Amino acid sequence: MTATSDHAHDGHDHHDHKPGFFVRWFCSTNHKDIGTLYLIFAIIGGLTGGALSIMMRAQLMHPDSHIFASGQHWNAVITSHGLLMIFFSVMPALIGGFGNWFVPIMIGAPDMAFPRLNNISFWLLPPAYVLILAGQMVGDGAGPGWTLYPPLSNSTFQSGPAADFVLFALHLAGISSLLGAINFITTIFNMRAPGMTLHRMPLFVWSMLVTAFLLLLSVPVLAGAITMLITDRNFGTAFFNPEGGGDPVLFQHLFWFFGHPEVYIMILPGFGIVSHIIATFSKKPIFGYLGMAYAMVAIGVVGFVVWAHHMYISGMDVDTRAYFMAATMIIAVPTGIKIFSWIATMWGGSIDMEVPMMWALGFIFLFTVGGVTGVVLSNAGIDQALHNTYYVVAHFHYVLSLGAVFSMFAGFYYWIGKMSGHQYPNGLAKAHFWVTFIAVNVTFFPQHFLGLAGMPRRYVDYPAAFEGWNKVSSYGAFLGGISMLMFLVICFLTFSSKKKLADNYWGEGATTLEWTLTSPPAFHNFEELPRLK
Amino acid sequence: MAQRSNGAVALGLVGVIAGMGGLAFASVPLYRMFCAATGYGGTPQIGPQAGPGATDIFITVQFNADVNGGMPWRFEPVQRKMRVALGDEHPAFYEARNLASTPVTGVSTYNVTPEKAAQYFHKTQCFCFNQQTIAAGGEAQFPLSFWVDPAIATDPHTRDVTTITLSYTFFRSLEDANRTGALAKAGPHIGSTDAQGPIATP
Repeated sequence: MTATSDHAHDGHDHHDHKPGFFVRWFCSTNHKDIGTLYLIFAIIGGLTGGALSIMMRAQLMHPDSHIFASGQHWNAVITSHGLLMIFFSVMPALIGGFGNWFVPIMIGAPDMAFPRLNNISFWLLPPAYVLILAGQMVGDGAGPGWTLYPPLSNSTFQSGPAADFVLFALHLAGISSLLGAINFITTIFNMRAPGMTLHRMPLFVWSMLVTAFLLLLSVPVLAGAITMLITDRNFGTAFFNPEGGGDPVLFQHLFWFFGHPEVYIMILPGFGIVSHIIATFSKKPIFGYLGMAYAMVAIGVVGFVVWAHHMYISGMDVDTRAYFMAATMIIAVPTGIKIFSWIATMWGGSIDMEVPMMWALGFIFLFTVGGVTGVVLSNAGIDQALHNTYYVVAHFHYVLSLGAVFSMFAGFYYWIGKMSGHQYPNGLAKAHFWVTFIAVNVTFFPQHFLGLAGMPRRYVDYPAAFEGWNKVSSYGAFLGGISMLMFLVICFLTFSSKKKLADNYWGEGATTLEWTLTSPPAFHNFEELPRLK
Repeated sequence: MAQRSNGAVALGLVGVIAGMGGLAFASVPLYRMFCAATGYGGTPQIGPQAGPGATDIFITVQFNADVNGGMPWRFEPVQRKMRVALGDEHPAFYEARNLASTPVTGVSTYNVTPEKAAQYFHKTQCFCFNQQTIAAGGEAQFPLSFWVDPAIATDPHTRDVTTITLSYTFFRSLEDANRTGALAKAGPHIGSTDAQGPIATP
């Protein structure tokens, strides 16, 4: 393949001329440049959401703190934190960032199917981000939580335009995701290189395909629900107002019909990345490839019929709860297939503990901890006591803030050399892993204890009895802040390094198509399609 | 393999998006129909169909009344509980007084608990089917009429039910609240973290 690229470079030299700065970055139709924009945007979103979380932990470090002026200010900050992390950090990094960069390359396509649509997908996000921040700053701020339940989100309790800003931000982010999903599905169905059958696609591409279908089926439901919320708030409809014949519980059903697939949208691309890294650094092909691919499909399918496990205390009858409980537990089966296949891939492998491998192993460990507490919470009986406590906060931060974010860092360290042509500083990157690993565990593990002791989530203050573990959790968050700074330093050192990288700097274990290209790849890749044997 | 063009695939996917978005809106009437058909959420059976006549099995029906915070009414049942024969139609009454100095129109939500009993609880007439208006300072008595299907005693799922609670919550109707400018506003937000705050520790 290298020969092919070189030939293309010599033969059509003008093809690799990059456009000027403005056209290249603001009117981009190049999947790699758009991927880069997404990654930069995700880092900005993550830093913003992370800064908010450090403010929150500072407030909760002691009871009776006064860092937040009012409960509504607190509500506004937790709302922004949740939405920023989901829609403006995890999704842009995993789907828009790594997805745009590597889906076309891995299937041997020259670009995405709809390059201009790709450009719109990205540029819808910055205005949405501004609207989220406006929701934070205008008036009392928008504080309905990321779940936006009425009546808290209606005009009685969130008066003023702040909550409308947040709802419109979600509309923009939703449109962005939907256009992205159309693009990914079309690219994967139509633009695979000769010989790249669906059953030979790399697992990261499989994960993006399943993720794109989840987006396609779930995001329109969120769009419908928040449109109804907007008209309830502003135009006198009563979809969710009982006094007008509406039902607030219907919103919960619609929201979670989106919200539950959404959590798989955030974790499936991470599954794909981790599969590649485990295989690369064990120098073995992934164990049970087809099982791994169809486990993701199964997670996606079953993920659509478990939504009401978020609503066990909304007054459902016992049979309905029993169904949702059983269906939820079934998801542990394909998830278990994935965990055990990763372990089986490593088994007997010649393991290199490079930095991406450390993050991938951290991912498996932390995601499993979060998965186990998820099985605990899936029990309708236990959830009566644990619903809306810090146990739930600990659970979903273990799978997302630790699981998904660790997969993002794993992907970053795995591919940054390929994307930039510069390698990260190894020692500092290892230190970054360990500081982050310790920080997130110190932050979130004590929250299990707080939840079991009965501390409810989403409150600005708590009784003095909960102070001990809250203090520990806050120290962990501050250490996490230091790890974010380390990451920025690593980014700076990476891009200022002069060392040149080989095409396949991870060696024999890295077998997917991106390793046949130069590091960084030429502005246009695969001008001649690669052929798979 | 015949491959569809990119545009055709994208068009199909846009169709999926439109379908799911439409389904979100269709879920509003579908949810209502589902609740009415199954008694989900404690939705009783509504209609003029008369009961099959009294049997010799009795069940207790309790009456509950609530008023939304923005509604200036006193509202309570005339009778706290009744012991009724299954299959026999019975009237019951609630009374309400308007405490405001203007006429107020209200509308009541309703359900029965335990929720699984709802599919056997028939309401033939109810004040809750329509909006109700009471003049300033006035009083009104609201009737309803119901019967309980004798099948409740034979269904293994519901035969343990010995008491059914009938519940109503009155809200100010949206039109009335709009007309009188009483559309609720929470005002300045509570929950200050100052020492006077509701959850400050000593």
